[in-house]
Amino acid sequence: MARLNINGSTHNVNAEPDTPLLWVLREQVGLTGTKYGCGVAQCGACSVHINGEVRRSCSMRLRDIKPADKIVTIEGLSATSSHPVQKAWAELDVPQCGYCQSGQIMAAAALLAKKPKPTDADIDKAMTNICRCGTYQRIRAAVHAAAGTVKVGSDAASGNDPYTVKA
Amino acid sequence: MKKHISSKAPDLARRRFIVGSAAAGGGLALGFHLPFAISPAAAQSVAAGSSEVNAWVVIKPDDTCVIRIARSEMGQGTLTGLAQLVAEELECDWSKVTTETITPGQNLARKRVWGDVSTGGSRGIRSSQDYVRRGGAIARMMLLQAAADEWNVPVVEVTVSNSVITHAASARTTTYGKVAAAAARLPAPDAKTIKLKDPKTWKIAGKPMRRLDTAAKLNGSKVYAIDLKLPGMLHAAIKACPVFGGKLSSFDQAKVARMPGVRHVVRVNDAAVAVVADTWWRAKSALEVLPIVWDEGPNASSTSAKIAAHLQEGLTAKEAYAFRNEGDALTAIAGAAKKVEAVYSTPFLAHATMEPMNCTVKITADKAEAWVPTQNAEGSLAALSETSGLPLAQCEVYRHDLGGGFGRRGSKQDFVTVAAAIAKQIPGVPIKLVWSREEDMQHDFYRPISQCKLSAGLDESGNLVGLHMRMSGQSINAFVNPASMVSGKDDRQLQGYSAAPGDAQLGYSIPNLLIEYAMRNTHVPVGAWRGVNTNQNGLYMECFMEEVARASGKDSLEFRRALMGKYPKHLAVLNAAAEKGNWGKPLPPGVHRGIAQFMGYGSYSAAVAEVSVSNKGDVKVHRMVLACNSGHVVNPDQIAAQVEGSVVMGLSATLYGECTVDKGRIVENNFHNYPLLKLADMPKVETVIVPTYDFWGGIGEPTICVVAPSVLNAIHAAIGRPVRSLPLKNVKLV
Repeated sequence: MARLNINGSTHNVNAEPDTPLLWVLREQVGLTGTKYGCGVAQCGACSVHINGEVRRSCSMRLRDIKPADKIVTIEGLSATSSHPVQKAWAELDVPQCGYCQSGQIMAAAALLAKKPKPTDADIDKAMTNICRCGTYQRIRAAVHAAAGTVKVGSDAASGNDPYTVKA
Repeated sequence: MKKHISSKAPDLARRRFIVGSAAAGGGLALGFHLPFAISPAAAQSVAAGSSEVNAWVVIKPDDTCVIRIARSEMGQGTLTGLAQLVAEELECDWSKVTTETITPGQNLARKRVWGDVSTGGSRGIRSSQDYVRRGGAIARMMLLQAAADEWNVPVVEVTVSNSVITHAASARTTTYGKVAAAAARLPAPDAKTIKLKDPKTWKIAGKPMRRLDTAAKLNGSKVYAIDLKLPGMLHAAIKACPVFGGKLSSFDQAKVARMPGVRHVVRVNDAAVAVVADTWWRAKSALEVLPIVWDEGPNASSTSAKIAAHLQEGLTAKEAYAFRNEGDALTAIAGAAKKVEAVYSTPFLAHATMEPMNCTVKITADKAEAWVPTQNAEGSLAALSETSGLPLAQCEVYRHDLGGGFGRRGSKQDFVTVAAAIAKQIPGVPIKLVWSREEDMQHDFYRPISQCKLSAGLDESGNLVGLHMRMSGQSINAFVNPASMVSGKDDRQLQGYSAAPGDAQLGYSIPNLLIEYAMRNTHVPVGAWRGVNTNQNGLYMECFMEEVARASGKDSLEFRRALMGKYPKHLAVLNAAAEKGNWGKPLPPGVHRGIAQFMGYGSYSAAVAEVSVSNKGDVKVHRMVLACNSGHVVNPDQIAAQVEGSVVMGLSATLYGECTVDKGRIVENNFHNYPLLKLADMPKVETVIVPTYDFWGGIGEPTICVVAPSVLNAIHAAIGRPVRSLPLKNVKLV
């Protein structure tokens, strides 16, 4: 039996010590917002925060998590989808299929916690999660929007030029 | 916003739905020949509070409009677009629109009142737009009639805006929610007599409405099929013979029987084995150490080199299918003042949807149910029926929105078949089968491998006098149905080269043209991959056109334009890309442009790429302008999203994408050796929509085919020579 602090609550979980945190979250705790994409820390769909750092939960073992470690999953990022990243994501309609977006949002939130006004280079370096639908342009724009460095809809700093319709 | 009939309290929701459709039987008996038979189901559901006005529209007393969606949502935005089309004709309050997914079992029970539920070939909107708009219009007419009846005034005196019905003469108003129950009891007008709105007057459709399905994707609450929890459910992990065509000989289940959580180890048909446990992680952990003996069969000696040689033989083989043969291309080229020749090649590619293949199945003596992310729910139903041995009427499929599709979850429903094969052995227990990423990537239906030999002749003035293309490669149709393709006359392989207008027409007039296909199949399973053959064919045509243009000494854009006089739609899109892409204007040092145009899925696409190649040979794509004409525009922001996504998928294929074969199996098994584009390498994408409003084309797939050729043509400009094979990671550029 291991004790975990997840989204501010204590959970006692019964799993083998080598079970990845991802599967503890999904199958023992029932938090399925954190996704399985690769199992080898390549895609980032499983990203969570541990003590404020973004971590790929598929490659962390239960035995390596301490009871005092504060784990935050997408479900615990905010109570009402009110985190600036979530709001910016909604504003710019970032998700397509949405499967990778929990991880993208957690990575973006961790970036902004450290660098409230990230540059494009900061975003390039921090946002390494895979999106197969290809929402990267909107992700970049939404990170800037969440940081308040650009106004949503302004294309100049976001690199997200609006489409044009030529009738 | 979106209600999942299937996943949210499935039993309860299903019962409610069945009640509606059982009653619908009576309505259908009266008028199922009508496309939108009104059914007494509505009267039934009044008690439950909401009224089914017709198959597409359910209205609640609080004016919520529930629009039924028959197509699969996999990120491409079809759910929102279809709802916009219904809502436009319905004249309802868009802020009160929600959606609901229908099931294939109910579609069959109601004589396919929702039409085709499969979602592929970029058909989601274009091939259902007419009947969903009529569905919205019929519902509006019935709602207005109900209000007019209530007020005892002629219906022509009644108007509606945003779900509010008004009789101006008597200054009375009511709302859809108040008259829906009465409307549901009225006979439906004949769909054929309805005049749909002129798209130029659209207020909801045609506008950049926000997607209806975003909220649950932002907080972890969306239940993908892989997230499903059912009472008593067990979890399965699967391993199929790594060599395609091989069989399962034996496995030693005693070695894993005592591992934590393990409940069953089962043979799955004749080529796979599954471990079933109380959690997926435990199932997978046991499967990894399960001793398995495979009979790999004769394909175990296959390699990429052997496959390449097999295809290469097809490039010059005597026999080939002449898809287009106009004039005398061989003679024209032989006698030309200048000749250009090249051989191109493209590899197998995996789909790699972010949500791995999965399916949950429960089978009892008289019922089979599946919960599945599928592009083809009726195909899922058929696979479930076939494997369970139960008739269709005793099977049901609850479709979940897909964590990516791209063609993988369409024509083949193998994930349903294997999940059902496992569940059948453990009756009464819901079994959730999830493939590991490795299993997913190594047991795909890959984008087919091909090679293409091209030759062209130019006259003294640099005009193109003849073009000969010989394609050699694997046929998807032959894989799906070998008997149908014995002759090798597979037009689908020539997608984008057609003379016929409308779907995938070649946009060039070439006086002497020979396009041939030599079918060379392999043992590797192949299937539709976003854009299908337009990817390879667009690359072959457009990169070679660049070579020929350069040989002629003319500008790449001007050379193309001269061949496109008879193809004004192709030309207009090319011009739009060139204009927005600043073709011919100065660039920063080291940056080069490439251009390409092609057609597929009823839509026209063109791209201009700005690319630099470092002195180490590293490629950087800075900016891409894509122009497209899909005829009508249902949601321009979602078109832009699809264009942006097509650039990412196209660039992944261009830069890295490759599945190789060794010992009969696919080597690449996860994202470390099958890398995909990341944010840092995302170019700035600008979308130019050039609608002509006179046809309905697709959007999910058309633009991907111009991504690779425009980038390769820019690289050609940068390094002064063509690149003729993908991916670029294998090509030494400097």
